[in-house]
Amino acid sequence: MADARQMTVATALRRRIDPAVAWAFACIVLVLVVGSFYSRSFLSPEYLLQQLKVASFLGVIATGAMIVILLGQIDLSVPWVVAVGGMMATAATGWGPLGEAIAIPFGVACGTLLGLVNGAGVALLRLPSMVVTLAVNAVAQGLMVVHTGGFSPQASSSPAMRFLATGDTLLGIPNALVVWVIVGAAAVFLLTRTTFGRTVYAIGNRERAAYLSGARTGAVVIAAFAIAGGLSAFGGVLLAGYASKAAQAMGDPYLLPAIAAVVLGGTSILGGRGNYLGTVAGVILITLLQSILSVMQIEEFGRHVIYGVVIIAMLLIYGRGGKHSE
Amino acid sequence: MSGDVRYWLRENIGTIFAFAAFVAMFLLYVANHSAGLNANVAQTAANKGVILAIVAMAQTFVVLTSGIDLSVGMVMVLANCLASQIVIGTPMSTAFGVLAVLAVGAVCGAINAMIVIFGRLQPIVTTIATGAIYYGAALALRPVPGGDVNATLADALTGQFAGGLPASLFLLLALVTLVWWPFRHSVIGRAVYAVGSSEVSAYMSGVPIRRAKFAAYTLSGLLASVAGLFVTFVTYSGEASAANGGTYTLYSIAAVVLGGVSLFGGSGSAIGAIFGALMFRTIGDLLFVFDVEPLWQPLFQGAVLMAAVCLGSLRLLRIRNRLELYG
Repeated sequence: MADARQMTVATALRRRIDPAVAWAFACIVLVLVVGSFYSRSFLSPEYLLQQLKVASFLGVIATGAMIVILLGQIDLSVPWVVAVGGMMATAATGWGPLGEAIAIPFGVACGTLLGLVNGAGVALLRLPSMVVTLAVNAVAQGLMVVHTGGFSPQASSSPAMRFLATGDTLLGIPNALVVWVIVGAAAVFLLTRTTFGRTVYAIGNRERAAYLSGARTGAVVIAAFAIAGGLSAFGGVLLAGYASKAAQAMGDPYLLPAIAAVVLGGTSILGGRGNYLGTVAGVILITLLQSILSVMQIEEFGRHVIYGVVIIAMLLIYGRGGKHSE
Repeated sequence: MSGDVRYWLRENIGTIFAFAAFVAMFLLYVANHSAGLNANVAQTAANKGVILAIVAMAQTFVVLTSGIDLSVGMVMVLANCLASQIVIGTPMSTAFGVLAVLAVGAVCGAINAMIVIFGRLQPIVTTIATGAIYYGAALALRPVPGGDVNATLADALTGQFAGGLPASLFLLLALVTLVWWPFRHSVIGRAVYAVGSSEVSAYMSGVPIRRAKFAAYTLSGLLASVAGLFVTFVTYSGEASAANGGTYTLYSIAAVVLGGVSLFGGSGSAIGAIFGALMFRTIGDLLFVFDVEPLWQPLFQGAVLMAAVCLGSLRLLRIRNRLELYG
C-alpha cells in the first residue's frame, strides 16, 4: 500500500517536472560552478541575493511575456511599455503628495491600457500580434517622446518605488525579490487554478478548439495582453525606482532577454505548453549568465557571442520542435 | 483572360496598394518641399530609403516561408563594421572586400538556416540568439565607431547619375532584377511560397522544403549584408550600434507588413516590401516638410503604422464563417 503510494508520488513527480525545467536548473548550477572556479564569491549569499534582486525586474517583465507566449502570441511592445511605466510613475510623483501616492498604480494602469490595445488588435481585429505590438510600441515611443520633450525626464521616483526596488526586508531579503515572488505566485495561481489560465493554455494549443468548446477566447486574449502590459509597466516602475529616475531607452535591454528567459524555461514559443517554474529558471539563468560574464571581465563582444551561443546550445539540447512542424 | 487578371490582382493587391500609397505620399512630400523635386532632394531621400528597402527585401525572403528573421539588423551592422575595415584601397582589394562582406552575410544567413532546419528551433528564437552573436562579432571588429571606405565606390553608389537620377535606385533595381526576379521564377522560389502556404502540403507534394528554407535564410543574410555595405557607403564609417540593428530589424517587419507581405507566409513580394519601406521612410520625411515639430515625428510615424496595420483587418469583412477566424 505504502509502496504503491510512493510509486504514484514518484511518477506524479516525474510527470510534473518538465525535463526542460530540470535542464534549465541544471544549467544554473553549472554556471555557478564554473563561476566559482573563477571566484569563490559567486557562491556567497550576498552575491546570490544581489543577483536575485536584479533578476526580479526581468522576472516581473518575463511573467507578462510568458502569459502572452503561452497564447501562441508575442509581445514586442515590451521596450516602450516598460518606459511608459517608469516615466508615468515618475511623472505622477511630480504632481505632489496625491500623485506620489498613486504613482505606482498609475504607471501600471498606463501599461495595462497599452496592453488592452494590443489585445484588442489581436483578438478583435485578428491581426498578427507581432505587428500590432510593434505598432503599439511605436505609438508608446511617440507619446513618451512628446511627453518628455525628447530628453530623459527630470522627475525622480517616489519613495514607495524606491522602497520596493532597492529596500530590504528585515531578514535582508530584497523587497524586489519579494515583489517577484508575489507576482510569480499570482501568475501560478492564475495559470493553473483559474478558468482564465486553462483557457490561455487551450488557446495556445488550438484556438479554434477552445472557441468551439465555448471558451471566451476573445476576452481571455485581451485580458492576457492587458496583464502583460501591466506587468511590463510594473517592471518599468521598479526599474525607475531602482535607478531613481526613468530614462528613454530603459526598456530596450529587456525585450529579448524576457523572451529568451521564457523560452529557455521550456515554454513553447508556439504556445500552449510551459510552466512558471521554467520561466523562473530562465530568468535566473539569463541574469547569472550576464552577471558572471561581466564579472569575469570578458570583453563586451565576447559576452554577446557567449550569450547567443549558450541560448542556442541549450535550446538545441532540450527545446527542439517535432520532426515536422504541425 | 479576365480570370487571369482577377487572379493576378488578388496576388498583387498588397504590392499595388503599397506602390500607390508610396507614390501618393511622395508626391505630397515633393509638392510641399520648399525646394521642389530637384536632384539633391531625390538623392537624399533615395539613400535613406534604399537601406531600409534592402533590409525589408531581406526580411521578405524569410517571412515568405512563414518564419521571421530578427537578426537582419545585426547582420547589417556586422557587414557595416566589416566593410569599414576591408572595402578600401586599390580597386582589386576593394572588390575583394565587397565579396568578402557579401560572403559573410550569406554565411550568417546560412547559419540561421542550419539551426532552423537541422536544429528544428523556432526561427524567432534562433535569430534572437544568432543576432546577439553577430552583434558581438561586429563589436569585436569595431569596438569604437570609425574606419573608412573606398570613397570612389561609395560616391558612385550614393551619388547621382547623369540627369540627376539617384544611383542608389539603380542598385535597388539591380537587386530586384538580379536577385528577386530569378528567385521568384525558380523552382526554389516557388518552393519558398509553398512552404509558407502550408509546410505539410509542401512536404506531401515533394517540395524541397529544406533547400527552400536554406535559400530563403541565406538570401536574407546576403541582402542584409548588401544593406550593411550601403550604410558604409553613406556614412563612410562603421559603427557597431545595437540600437541601429534593432531599429532596422523592427522597421523591416513594419515595411514588410506595409508592403502587403503576409506574416503567415506564402503571399506577397519583395517589390511590395520595397515600396513598404520607401513609404515608411516618406512618412517620417513628410513631417519635416509640413513644419511639424520634430518631437511629434515618432508619434506620427507610430500612428500611421498603427493605421496601416489596422487596414489588414479589412479582410474580416470578407469572412462569412466565424470559424475562419480561428486558424
